[in-house]
Amino acid sequence: MKEIRVLSPVGMLGYGFPAESFQKGLEKTPHVIAADAGSTDAGPHKLGAGVGIVSKEATKKDLTLMLTAGCENKIPVIIGSAGGSGAEVHLNWTSEIVKEIAKEKNLHFKMALIHAEVEKDYLKKKLAQGKIKPLGPVPELTSKDIEEATRIVAVMGTHSHIKALEMGAEVIIAGRSNDPAMFAALPIKEGYDPGLALHMGKILECGAMASTPGTTSDCMMGYLREDYFIVEPPNAMRKCIPSTVAAHTLYEKSSPLHIIGPEGVVDVTGCKFEQYSERAVKVSGSKLRKSETINIKLEGASKVAYRTICIAGLRDPIMIKQIDECEKYVRDTVPTYFSNISPEDYSLIFHIYGKNGVMGELEPRKEITSHELCLILEVVAKDQELANTICAFARSTLMHYSYKGRIATAGNLAFPYAPSDIPTGAVYKFNIHHLIEVDDPDELFSIEIVEL
Amino acid sequence: MTKEISIIDLASVIRSKNAGPFELTFDIIFKDKETYGKVKKTKIITKELIAKLYHVPIEKVLYFVEFDPANAIKATIVRPVDSGSIGETDVYGAQQHAPLLDIKIPFEE
Repeated sequence: MKEIRVLSPVGMLGYGFPAESFQKGLEKTPHVIAADAGSTDAGPHKLGAGVGIVSKEATKKDLTLMLTAGCENKIPVIIGSAGGSGAEVHLNWTSEIVKEIAKEKNLHFKMALIHAEVEKDYLKKKLAQGKIKPLGPVPELTSKDIEEATRIVAVMGTHSHIKALEMGAEVIIAGRSNDPAMFAALPIKEGYDPGLALHMGKILECGAMASTPGTTSDCMMGYLREDYFIVEPPNAMRKCIPSTVAAHTLYEKSSPLHIIGPEGVVDVTGCKFEQYSERAVKVSGSKLRKSETINIKLEGASKVAYRTICIAGLRDPIMIKQIDECEKYVRDTVPTYFSNISPEDYSLIFHIYGKNGVMGELEPRKEITSHELCLILEVVAKDQELANTICAFARSTLMHYSYKGRIATAGNLAFPYAPSDIPTGAVYKFNIHHLIEVDDPDELFSIEIVEL
Repeated sequence: MTKEISIIDLASVIRSKNAGPFELTFDIIFKDKETYGKVKKTKIITKELIAKLYHVPIEKVLYFVEFDPANAIKATIVRPVDSGSIGETDVYGAQQHAPLLDIKIPFEE
């Protein structure tokens, strides 16, 4: 029977996974070990500021297990969306960690680095040719957006990973990649059904999340055969059941019926999820509908402001009852005092936990029933100094405001920290979320081979 | 006799999550095929209900799909602010499901 086996050790490189589960996975003799290292989930800051979401130490720990096993057993290791957002700075960060491990463990291999950051001049040219269009509910792209973005990445599909494998890469560190790409590349290269390979990749990319009890911090094995695939967690304490695998097919996607990527659309409308053995689920029926043109997703982030926050607790029931009035007082007082500063240069945001901190305007419960509230006073402004200034003034105004019926006259806020005000630096936004049409994905993704 | 049953007693998963930085998606996955079938037949959970619960005009509900293989109903709306932008309250969008928990389904006994 024809079969290709894929081991996903963890849902996010650097989250950590049990070495025993990984060993059990290795005993199933996988043909490839792959992991996702990035996402847009944590917001635009990682891409904008060029930082990661996991520590170097944790990334190194996970990578050490994977690279050692890969070298010992001659199994290719593929990491996608390196460093959290897969731009140049993230790719370099990851590649330095790989080099460190190779040196310390005396490992030797051919490493492919796949670049995903996009040149601005190239994009402007493509924009002028009408080859860039919005992806989802976003405005049309302008050359100003391109100019303002601190970094722009393109999201590669299996094409570039396959190419790196063909070049003989034993370890692939790829920039921003479509989540299933790292898992589906080798199977597609070996001639397996791309629809099933991509669907299996979608299940594997979150580690053991599609099992029960689900987690991203454990391993998952995928077995792809001719017209179906099987997923099973190596850890005996977890199992896949049809509902957990079907549920994961829906996860983080706009529509459950289609998994959209650079290869086209995987249609899962006619999918069947069946219990295959005690802890394994069989999936069949996923079909890739290839797109006629090659459309690649672009992601860009731009700096929009600077932020300072102040965290404070409120415990006085007389004040809690008048929290809206207290907020209004601060909102009125700040611009009056700073009449020399344009109100457009800053905004004051009240996050009131115990009232509607999580849902804001969408919160359906209007009454406050808690005996204490947490306030995060947030100021975003055109520069850090102004954010600090407004935050300090708003904080002291609220601290000593004499609201109606006040009997606790020493101060209105309980600060858990000194200093009470915390500058958090630059604020970014995703200003590019578009599709670019290309003749060849190689226009966007170049491959560099490094011998270690 | 008709009895109102809380959706919490009928579903095994009720969750919200980003679907990319500009969309928020909701999954309600029912305990079994039978329960899913019964809920679907009541037509209580609709595109209109999602719009109402999340105070958005109906055209901002981008998808509303009943997905039989997973015994699931899924809806996707335009995010109130794009993930992590100024005014954000929930970067991952993972705690926006609470209004769904109040849904009651009338069941014939």
